[in-house]
Amino acid sequence: MAMPVVKAERCPVRSGDNVVRIRQIVRQWTVELGFSLVDQTKIVTAASEIARNTLDHGGGGEALVESLSEGGRRGLRLVFTDKGPGIENIDQALKDGFTTGGGLGLGLGGARRLSSEFSIESRTGEGTCVTLTRWK
Amino acid sequence: MKGTSSRLAEIIAKHEQDLLAQWIKEQTSAVTQRPDLMSEAELREQSRALLNGIRNAVQRGRLDDITGSEWESVRELLDEVSRGRARTGFSPTETAMFVFSLKQPLFSRLRAEIREPEALADELWTASVLLDKLGLYTTEVSQKSREEVILRQQQDMLELSTPVVELWDGVLALPLIGTLDSARTQVVMENLLQKIVQTGAGIAIVDITGVPTVDTLVAQHLLKTVAAARLMGADCIISGIRPQIAQTIVHLGVDLGTVTTKATLAAAFVVALERSGATISKGR
Ligand SMILES: Nc1ncnc2c1ncn2[C@@H]1O[C@H](COP(=O)(O)OP(=O)(O)OP(=O)(O)O)[C@@H](O)[C@H]1O
Ligand SMILES: [Mg+2]
Repeated sequence: MAMPVVKAERCPVRSGDNVVRIRQIVRQWTVELGFSLVDQTKIVTAASEIARNTLDHGGGGEALVESLSEGGRRGLRLVFTDKGPGIENIDQALKDGFTTGGGLGLGLGGARRLSSEFSIESRTGEGTCVTLTRWK
Repeated sequence: MKGTSSRLAEIIAKHEQDLLAQWIKEQTSAVTQRPDLMSEAELREQSRALLNGIRNAVQRGRLDDITGSEWESVRELLDEVSRGRARTGFSPTETAMFVFSLKQPLFSRLRAEIREPEALADELWTASVLLDKLGLYTTEVSQKSREEVILRQQQDMLELSTPVVELWDGVLALPLIGTLDSARTQVVMENLLQKIVQTGAGIAIVDITGVPTVDTLVAQHLLKTVAAARLMGADCIISGIRPQIAQTIVHLGVDLGTVTTKATLAAAFVVALERSGATISKGR
């Protein structure tokens, strides 16, 4: 059964300003969904991590923000896609401390811990798609 | 293509001096002329250079497309003129008018030279479209250079909005407000380190109450700042960690273990005073 999407917005992920914009949209939409302050902060932070990865590691891409309503549940889903180099070893990339870019190497694993549902699809040389959902 | 059969090149080349004189006369009598912003000598020079550039370009290049290599020197000239004028206070419209005002003398000349009505109509159309493109090009450049000015101003503001304050002898505080992107954090960090050197402070409080999101990038910047301050002989305290931020940092897996953290700036200040040997008495 298709999940009812209440509203959706596509945003480019091509600059630092775009990342800021995505954080703002996620903040605003979770407020509208009635998320608690802690849950807002968690999903905004997760969005920031994956948006930054899309920009820095994926060479830029696109984000789809969706507000969901399923039965009594409400949530926010984020889909980040890029056509970058892809992730060779997803398990390794998810390990805390693993980085190829001089970061802390915590973004991907951290975002997974901050989400209710989390999935990565990636093909070397083709790109990466990260989907994360946080239910209220 | 109409461009190749145009007599424009020949006519401009033959009457260049005459056209230039007419054009300058046109400009100096126009309302958009700004003697307050530019001398007549400068106006003459810009007009001469542009007309000369157009003459050379129409001889070799297309008349319906100014993006080609034949038009490169004209584009460069217009870049320079537009940026220069934007800096001195011309509006984008005034700068575009500089190019558009060539139409009148050029059209008069075309009418005098071409007797056949249909041919004249064609040439007028070609010349008009060409000058429109060149004029609009200046508008684009003006727009871009305005954006550059705004960007510069924003960067200046970044520095202004991150003041390091000396709370007490040997105790600095850096209240961070807003989004901590890389450019801004760099400025902030450098300011703090410089102030530590200047004042010889032993303790620096970095307050993040005003930072909406602490992700791994922000955390890394904070950790680097703390490490650099340590190298300068100052201990850092991070304050203003709100409960939701604390929870999120834990989930991210960021280890602030080696850094003293406090919920509020006030609490951090108390710790700083204790460490610096000052005694606090509760006034009651
Ligand atoms: N969209 C992507 N495309 C290609 N590689 C990626 C992508 N996202 C993540 N990676 C790889 O996974 C690694 C781990 O990502 P993670 O976000 O955990 O750490 P990081 O971005 O290096 O540092 P930070 O802790 O600042 O986020 C990255 O270093 C990179 O090699
Ligand atoms: Mg990352």
